[in-house]
Amino acid sequence: MKRHVVLLSFGLLTFCFLTGADWPQFRGADSSGVSADAGVPTTISDNIAWSVDLPGRGLSGPIVVGDKVFVTASSGYQQDRLHLLCFSSKTGKQLWERQFWATGRTLCHPKMCNATPTPASDGQRVFGFFSSNDVVCLDLDGNLQWMRGMTHDYPNASNSLGMSSSLLVAGETLIVPVENLSESFTAGLDPATGINRWKLDRPLLDNWTSPVVLRGKSTDDDLVVLQSGKGLTAIKPYTGFEAWRYDEPAQSIPSSATSGGVLYVPAKGLTALEPAAGGAPPRVLWQSNRLGPATPSPLVDGGRVYNINGSGVLACADAKTSQLLWQTRLQVQFGDKTSRGVFTSTPVAAGGHLYAFNEDGVALVVKTGATGEIVANHDFGETILCTPAIANDALFVRSDKHLWKIGK
Amino acid sequence: MRLLNAGPQTDILIGNDFMHRLIGLLGIVPAMVAMYATTSPAADIATAVRVIRAVENEGRGNKEAAVAWRELAKCQANDLPEILAACDGANPLAANYLRSAVETIAQRTLDAGGALPAADIEKFVFDTNHEPKARRLAFELLTKVDPRAPDRIIPRMINDPSVELRRDAVARLLETATKLLADDKVEQAGKDEARQVLTQALDGARDDDQVQAIKKQLEGIGQKVDLPSHFGFLLTWRFVAPFDNTDKKGLAIPYPPEKQLDVAAQYDGKEGQKIGWVEHTTNDDYGVVDLAKALGPFKGAVAYATTEFQSEKALPVEFRLGTPNSWKVWLNGDLIFAREEYHRGMNIDQYRMKGNLKAGKNVILVKICQNEQTEDWAQRWQFQFRVCDAVGTAVLSVDRAAKPVKPAASSGGA
Repeated sequence: MKRHVVLLSFGLLTFCFLTGADWPQFRGADSSGVSADAGVPTTISDNIAWSVDLPGRGLSGPIVVGDKVFVTASSGYQQDRLHLLCFSSKTGKQLWERQFWATGRTLCHPKMCNATPTPASDGQRVFGFFSSNDVVCLDLDGNLQWMRGMTHDYPNASNSLGMSSSLLVAGETLIVPVENLSESFTAGLDPATGINRWKLDRPLLDNWTSPVVLRGKSTDDDLVVLQSGKGLTAIKPYTGFEAWRYDEPAQSIPSSATSGGVLYVPAKGLTALEPAAGGAPPRVLWQSNRLGPATPSPLVDGGRVYNINGSGVLACADAKTSQLLWQTRLQVQFGDKTSRGVFTSTPVAAGGHLYAFNEDGVALVVKTGATGEIVANHDFGETILCTPAIANDALFVRSDKHLWKIGK
Repeated sequence: MRLLNAGPQTDILIGNDFMHRLIGLLGIVPAMVAMYATTSPAADIATAVRVIRAVENEGRGNKEAAVAWRELAKCQANDLPEILAACDGANPLAANYLRSAVETIAQRTLDAGGALPAADIEKFVFDTNHEPKARRLAFELLTKVDPRAPDRIIPRMINDPSVELRRDAVARLLETATKLLADDKVEQAGKDEARQVLTQALDGARDDDQVQAIKKQLEGIGQKVDLPSHFGFLLTWRFVAPFDNTDKKGLAIPYPPEKQLDVAAQYDGKEGQKIGWVEHTTNDDYGVVDLAKALGPFKGAVAYATTEFQSEKALPVEFRLGTPNSWKVWLNGDLIFAREEYHRGMNIDQYRMKGNLKAGKNVILVKICQNEQTEDWAQRWQFQFRVCDAVGTAVLSVDRAAKPVKPAASSGGA
């Protein structure tokens, strides 16, 4: 009972600290990639409010809390310098930067870098996470609260290709995925101290997916869903206790999406799962090989599921039935140059539009109506691999070298 | 122990008259409030540092360190050298707490229009008794307030214990050499000068990209570079294989070479054949020992490789391994590390391990396991191994042979 009171209090506190317009973690507060903001620009070239330089490299997405934008980066020949930067969302002014020395292995595939996982916030604190499995926690003014080195603690926890899974704040627990071939686990940390609440052994498999939160009727009923090549495990975030399992293999790169209590899982193409009561395995609503995602995760908005495949084709299907509604190739002509692009970035959506960024650095705005019309595009001219953020009627996106705000 | 930022004194009330006291209090209270709001209470750097340096694995000590950090972050700019010095010998987590305090104090000072103690910071940069990373941090602080500092400092850092300071120094020499050699018709004197500069750069270079760039320029003017010696790759090994690694079980199985290393012994191999130790010397510039090429493309197989390393004295070193296979490493019979990961790439310095050489003969044993994957990208069964110090400077066996001349002088496979 006491813990329920604490949880309720924490939930209320988090609610107070995180406003509805915040984007506090990978794909937003609900891991959906969808924002309720209605005023996000539907053209980009004429709506770039500001851009700022960033140090080193970074694939992580920006996050937004109140009027602050947080971004991670990594630099140095060995990618062993970790950066956490804070900017004013209104002006782009850098408010502070803190750097750390990596304590874990920094080796990555050349396409990746140490700053690949997206940071997270509980509204009071910001948590940076890196491929080296270093976790840093600062308050929103840049004051260090604590640091953990998960590879420092568990020396075989690493992947020679790099780690990309992002943090997740669920209830009063910070979920830290450290899943790999050698020493694989996910940990639940106390956000205030960084101390383990629990540490769960996970399949010894490569895993670059991020956990998602499955909202319950109350905060206390929320579950965190961990995805891997062995399937799904839903856990209670405070204790790490297993709530249910789904043992069909899922993909190791794109992450599941949630909407309306249904999970859309990159498995057998795409599988829609409806969790059952009482710890029973979830019910399969449908499976569709035609909707199999490549690197970007699927997105669900307005009763439709969207997916970008390896050829850069955006598919839209009915989220209840999987019936394919339309497909459109995400390509743009710039003079003699055609940007078909390969997509690493997961698309985000707001106001009936989907925003997709290909690796060429081309943004495409797709009106998600009857046909999937590309209504605007913009060439940023730099490789973009991150998943953007939407907050306060604006879009935030970064390359290695720059962070842009699109909006007022 | 030194107190700093001593808070407002409480014994400044004088006089015995009540009204005098009251008037004094009325005046002093706002002043005290203002002082507490703008200055820190008494903070003891040594105590705060001690608490921060006590952070351990799994977040032990985090709660206490957070409190100490807040106190430390209230220090003034003049305290920066002392806090930087606290990084000496700190564990990597504690060093980061200290780093963050330094950054916070420095930013607060500069934002308020204050000054950093540039002379003391510069002195810290040059004092190689301090932690190299902290010295680099000090250098970067100094550069913020003195943009000319790099020109003064970096040229003196070519053999510095800080890999980052050293890297900057090498980059400057490379730039100089590139300018000297930019003219296609450069005279011999220019080449000689460039050679001298490049040789100095090579002595300092520890990062592979810089070593490659230097090697290319040196070879362009006719000077060979012995890369294996520069990096400290071990080239001559004895190995025995294949033992069984079906279903990736072999890493955990202690085959006879792990129990007793006898290079004259014969063993039962994975396929029932008798196998014995064979000598192999690689002539690869990066010391790559290609087991699949030397022994055959066995799948589900374990190989052991051993070599002797003669050290003049007892010495802490780093062993740096690259391999796409699962592995274990022993030094003088003691297991140093083991890792199970197959075909996730191979890179120079992929794995770094600390070890302690003893004076005289040291025996290194490496176990390299190949799995049964059939994909083209999963066929490599190889490793590279070097001995160096923490900076990456090669530590060479006193009986190291000169680099072999191609073709590889191999005595054959099993």
